[in-house]
Amino acid sequence: MSPAVTETAVTIRVDGQEVAVPEGATILDACDAAGIDTPTICYGPTLTPVNVCRVCVVELDGSRALVPSCSRPAEEGMVVHTDSERVRHSRKMVIEFLATGVDVSQANELGQWAEHYGADPHRHVPGGETMNEPVRVQDNLYIRDYDKCVLCYRCVEACGDDAQHTYAISVAGRGFGARISTEFDVTLPDSACVYCGNCVAVCPTNALQFKTEFDLREEGDWRPEDQTVTQTVCSYCGVGCNLELHVQDNQIVKCTSPDDHDVTRGNLCIKGRFGWNYV
Amino acid sequence: MPPRPRGPPLADLHFGDDQPTEAELAAIDAIVSPADAATVTETERVVRGGRIRRQGLRHLLLPVLHSLQHEIGWISPGGLNGAAKRLGVPPAEAYGVATFYELLRTTDPGHTNDAVHVCVDPSCALAGNEELRESLEASGAKVHNSPCLGQCERAPALFVQGVGRPDRVPADDDEDFRLPQAGDPGLRVLSRVGVVDSTSLDSYREHGGYQALASAIEMGPDAVISAISDSGLSGRGGAAFPTGIKWRAVADEPGPDKHVVANCDESEPGTFKDRILCEHDPFAVIESMTIAGLATGSPHGWIYIRGEYPRATARLEGAIAQARAAGLLGDDVAGSGQRFDIELRRGAGAYICGEETALFNSIEGFRGEPRNKPPFPTTHGLFNQPTAINNPETLINVLDIVTNGPDAYRSVGTERSPGTRLFCLSGRIGVPGLYEVPFGTTLGELIELAGGSVGSLAAVLLGGAAGVFVGSDALDMPLTLEDAREAGATLGSGVVTVFDDTVDMEAVVVRIAEFFRDESCGQCVPCRVGTQRQHEVLVELQGSGQALTPQRAELIDDMALAMVDASICGLGHTAASAVRSAIDLGLIGNSS
Ligand SMILES: Cc1cc2nc3c(=O)[nH]c(=O)nc-3n(C[C@H](O)[C@H](O)[C@H](O)COP(=O)(O)O)c2cc1C
Ligand code: SF4
Ligand code: SF4
Ligand code: SF4
Ligand code: FES
Ligand code: FES
Repeated sequence: MSPAVTETAVTIRVDGQEVAVPEGATILDACDAAGIDTPTICYGPTLTPVNVCRVCVVELDGSRALVPSCSRPAEEGMVVHTDSERVRHSRKMVIEFLATGVDVSQANELGQWAEHYGADPHRHVPGGETMNEPVRVQDNLYIRDYDKCVLCYRCVEACGDDAQHTYAISVAGRGFGARISTEFDVTLPDSACVYCGNCVAVCPTNALQFKTEFDLREEGDWRPEDQTVTQTVCSYCGVGCNLELHVQDNQIVKCTSPDDHDVTRGNLCIKGRFGWNYV
Repeated sequence: MPPRPRGPPLADLHFGDDQPTEAELAAIDAIVSPADAATVTETERVVRGGRIRRQGLRHLLLPVLHSLQHEIGWISPGGLNGAAKRLGVPPAEAYGVATFYELLRTTDPGHTNDAVHVCVDPSCALAGNEELRESLEASGAKVHNSPCLGQCERAPALFVQGVGRPDRVPADDDEDFRLPQAGDPGLRVLSRVGVVDSTSLDSYREHGGYQALASAIEMGPDAVISAISDSGLSGRGGAAFPTGIKWRAVADEPGPDKHVVANCDESEPGTFKDRILCEHDPFAVIESMTIAGLATGSPHGWIYIRGEYPRATARLEGAIAQARAAGLLGDDVAGSGQRFDIELRRGAGAYICGEETALFNSIEGFRGEPRNKPPFPTTHGLFNQPTAINNPETLINVLDIVTNGPDAYRSVGTERSPGTRLFCLSGRIGVPGLYEVPFGTTLGELIELAGGSVGSLAAVLLGGAAGVFVGSDALDMPLTLEDAREAGATLGSGVVTVFDDTVDMEAVVVRIAEFFRDESCGQCVPCRVGTQRQHEVLVELQGSGQALTPQRAELIDDMALAMVDASICGLGHTAASAVRSAIDLGLIGNSS
């Protein structure tokens, strides 16, 4: 496959294939263009890359360490390997590491990747440190279960500079003790949070969950396979945000917004995100 | 000063109900007066290291938190709100910053006693830190465990963090400072240390001070940088990057918003050289930074010094004030027509803030998390602007090069490692202390110079926690960058910690693993989790009394490779190197 080369394109070689991508595109974009699937955790199409999870690393000729494909811009002539021994090893270890301390059972594709790379969290020392956080249920809109948090920073970015500009949450602490937190861990109702739910929308592990989903899961009655998704336009104001209403047994159980919509880019406000709670 | 705030409006910040007390307000006022409070209607947004961030007064966040900690003894919810409001910083982010640092507390200690920090790293463990801790606790002190306090030559080390009174290092009070090599004519970097009155600009001048700046002004920036390049000077902070290339890159960037930073965060276990340089030759740090500023066309100078160095901080501050008063800093440096001035910032207990990009974030008032590189500091450094950052030892070498020329500089050392190098000797060594020897001196000669090992030498930790253990077969190794690299070792920041055969090496290695676990910033998965799991494996080994199993050896190697390959910064890259070298040397892992 060799896409048409335009004047502003850069061409790089990924696993032996020539790939042309627009200037400013990342190595990850080039992998996508080449049809190569790449695991990602902290990367989000609507967020500025923070390149912290390191699961997307690739081998770049001329670079001593592996490089994060999600943030590294493609440069003319780069030679990249996405399936070398070193790449497979580091990706395996990242997934294995996360699974040793975090409940990743609801993290979308991580399970498949764990299998693909042969991650084995059980070979570590028994009884090692885990996140060990209580579920924070502080309102009727969404819950925070930091036992599932991989510290991908996506919620922080969505609450802050990348979407909401509310800055209700930050990373606090250091090292293995780092946690997502409000100031002094005050409850969400006491914090700056305006319940836009944009953090919930970007969380890759279900650490942040709609209360409706949480309750159904507690009751053992969360059935995504029985859910339908209805597209609609939010009627609260004139902006025209697209809503995707997820319905189970005639009940709306959560609300999302398409990432690729040019008005919302996945973001909503409290009325669109949670307004159905009151209807 | 950083650029003026501009750009799109920032959403209204929300603060909880907690209000600062009068004492807390006074602590905040001491750094930023109410009249200078941030206006949060306008802000600057900068894209850096992949992140968009705002500036404004935010670079005063760490100084304000320091002030609260110092006056009140902790950062209370009201105090944090007051600080955040004054600076226009979201309180959640201010909390994220406060909880990053060991010296800042965010829970009420319930008392206003000083916090006493006792070092738990190897040289102090060998020198009786447990007895020190017990005697302090017996006298009612609140004792905190601390990583290396940078006083390994006078172990066991102690640092007292004052509440409402100055921080102090008791060992400073009755120290009659003398270099082990005092009077040696071969000393270059250390030539003034212990000789000059470090509180007096006149004394510094009498000992040749500020001649190099005069020469540098006469030579012009281009010739100065060429001389540095020709000398072959490389960085002494650990990475050994060629200083001339760094300075040239910054000089080539368009001005005027460029920076020179002296990295005095020295926290590598076993290192104390920068403390001694800053305490005993502070004007040399200031003069060499000034040369860097003029050569690279950077008007803004910054010193970032670790929070546990009160005397070095006071002496540097005194030197800055005297230099400013004498026209050696300011709008027209020594009649050159160029501007250069220096702001000093204190760290607050975080090894990672010595990593250059973490240091920039720390000054800017963000969490001290390293940034992914590239881009590099020479184009995207402090405030996302071009920055030359150097270690004080690197900087002081510049004075000699500018004054005597690159050929004279190269008259000692080797072709690829010219000049001299400082080494910090501690542990089981006859005369612990700071030594300066030409590159190429062997490890054995250096140890002999320091009075030889005490007891029967078992291992030497070269380069600190981030370095490697070597055995007695390495005593013939010439201490050069090239020989160390070839031997799979590193000179790092010049640490030489000596262990004899009575030392419990398992305990030493477990402590090194614990150090990395404690000091990881937590940003990236390989290091945040890898350092934790590595520590757990070693604790398990220590408790088992068994030999290392092949499965555990493989696990350690697997974790190490991922940390080396996939971590963001040098902390993760080196977190397994000492551990693995200890296994390779058979210092640990044999059944005991
Ligand atoms: C974890 C870590 C800690 C570091 N700590 C220090 C330090 O305390 N002092 C220092 O000069 N360099 C330190 N460095 C190296 C700096 O990142 C940087 O390379 C150095 O300051 C550049 O100055 P130089 O070229 O003069 O050595 C550290 C690096 C890492 C990865
Ligand atoms: S709901 Fe919105 S305002 Fe509240 S924490 Fe999440 S992103 Fe921030
Ligand atoms: S709560 Fe979710 S989005 Fe936030 S850091 Fe944790 S895993 Fe990422
Ligand atoms: S390697 Fe460790 S210290 Fe460096 S960025 Fe990653 S987590 Fe932080
Ligand atoms: S997806 Fe690239 S580092 Fe996380
Ligand atoms: S001061 Fe204790 S080891 Fe350095």
